[in-house]
Amino acid sequence: MSVDKETVANIARLARVRVDESHKESLAKELSNILGWIEQLSELDTEGVEPMTSVVSMKLPLREDEVTDGGYPDKVTANAPEGAHGFYAVPKVVE
Amino acid sequence: MMSELTNLTIAEARDLLAKGETSSKELTEAHIAAVEAARSLNAFITETPEKALQMAEASDKRRKAGEAGVLEGLPIGMKDLFCTEGVLTTAASHILDGFHPTYESTVSRNMWNAGAVLLGKTNLDEFAMGSSNMTSHYGGVENPWRKSGDNRPLVPGGSSGGSAAAVAARCALGATGTDTGGSIRQPAAFCGIVGMKPTYGRCSRWGIVAFASSLDQAGPMGRTVRDTAIMLEAMAGYDAKDSTSVNVPVPNYEAALSGDIKGMKIGIPKEYRIDGMPAEIDQLWLQGIKWLEEAGAEVMEISLPHTHYALPTYYIIAPAEASSNLARYDGVRYGLREGADGSLDEMYEATRGKGFGMEVQRRILIGTYVLSAGYYDAYYNKARKVRSLIARDFAQAYEKVDAILTPTAPSAAFGMGDKMDDPIAMYLNDVFTVPASLAGLPGISVPAGLSQDGLPLGLQLLGKAFDEETVFKVGGVLEEAAGFDATPAFLAA
Repeated sequence: MSVDKETVANIARLARVRVDESHKESLAKELSNILGWIEQLSELDTEGVEPMTSVVSMKLPLREDEVTDGGYPDKVTANAPEGAHGFYAVPKVVE
Repeated sequence: MMSELTNLTIAEARDLLAKGETSSKELTEAHIAAVEAARSLNAFITETPEKALQMAEASDKRRKAGEAGVLEGLPIGMKDLFCTEGVLTTAASHILDGFHPTYESTVSRNMWNAGAVLLGKTNLDEFAMGSSNMTSHYGGVENPWRKSGDNRPLVPGGSSGGSAAAVAARCALGATGTDTGGSIRQPAAFCGIVGMKPTYGRCSRWGIVAFASSLDQAGPMGRTVRDTAIMLEAMAGYDAKDSTSVNVPVPNYEAALSGDIKGMKIGIPKEYRIDGMPAEIDQLWLQGIKWLEEAGAEVMEISLPHTHYALPTYYIIAPAEASSNLARYDGVRYGLREGADGSLDEMYEATRGKGFGMEVQRRILIGTYVLSAGYYDAYYNKARKVRSLIARDFAQAYEKVDAILTPTAPSAAFGMGDKMDDPIAMYLNDVFTVPASLAGLPGISVPAGLSQDGLPLGLQLLGKAFDEETVFKVGGVLEEAAGFDATPAFLAA
């Protein structure tokens, strides 16, 4: 599988990572190499094999749907680059 | 006296403390000095000497009051992937600039409850993605070992490279690591120490910065098998805050070190004899087989037929999970924020473009690609199916054997800067450690000998799920037989 510059730009946009124009060519080459190497899995016949979801065979535990924690917005937002009144602040979204 | 204290094993230090022949304060002061003396290694991102002294004094008080935990008074290093309340936690990434968690990870909490003392947060590959510690935003770590007659700096391995270097250089009695595809075992082998990755689910992942959640597991690094057994007992345990934590009792691992492996069956996977493996690694492996036979174990060849496919499987699953986990770093809730003058999307893209290093970006892009519409089945689901086959290989092998012996890594430590332009060559470091990670199984790396260049080499023992006791027991026998007593070129203090 070969990845071109446009594909790199597309997945970078999906991942919300800004990639410099000058980097796209080399990234395309690196990703192509890695994906080419990964491609060897297609040699294997996995017909009828269940995809693994968890290495430990256990049922995910359930708990009562009730509030068990909270009530300290200042602590939760303590590391925010920008915050106000116990909220996170982001650039304006709605005009 | 200082260097005598830093040269102790955890078991020895514990016994001296119990007899009142030293105090946690004295032990901690010696290690704080050692951490300072070893700054050239860059093993720590954050040193916490004041906190260490406070914790040591509190520990000495507890001991006087007759309350001593399993790690009472012992100074250790904490990989900077564990959230520590009020102490800078970086994951070695620019994107977590200034992050001071307001909570404590369960594993570190367990260790403080057991009496341990925090010397500082150790360096690592950014978000634990790497096998050399070279991807750290805070710079690479130097391995305290040198090739004989060659003073060029070597990598300590990764991702838990700072922890491995700190323990090898006698800066800390032990340190924590995390292992996603070999990040405890490979650096332990490169630095001539012991590193243990427990079964997935044994230690809580709560409060550990997530890389690949179906693989990540915390574990101990120390200078002896016994020391790692003592540490794991304190670290492990069920935690309701991690839904994949398994509710089974934690045994006294130290008690498993009986040295008696008579009649035990040890498997040698023929697929691990890979092309181009250095002769000295093969030699060491054969030597390991001989040691276990001499101790009364029955060694037999086994087959793990899908071994060859483990690395490519890992390099789909781990980046896929990473790309999802790392979506949380967006410049809103913590750490770096860039491009706040633009739109919200521009801020996300600028923050993540600046905040993530090249290897992390590479993996996020690979992960995003294999999870994207049209490729999900071909890559991600295919990898999950192969993962089932790899786990089945181990399950079938463990019908015949109690443990599996392999080399830990395909080479000794390499030069700082080597392999940096070839991601796949770097990924191959983990060829022997990744399969057990995919199957969630416990494994230990024990220093077993020196390369022709005078660098440490490790042997790996793998066990059945939740049977760390057998892994420690056989590891102890291997350690005893190897009698590894070489020391690195650089020792602190």
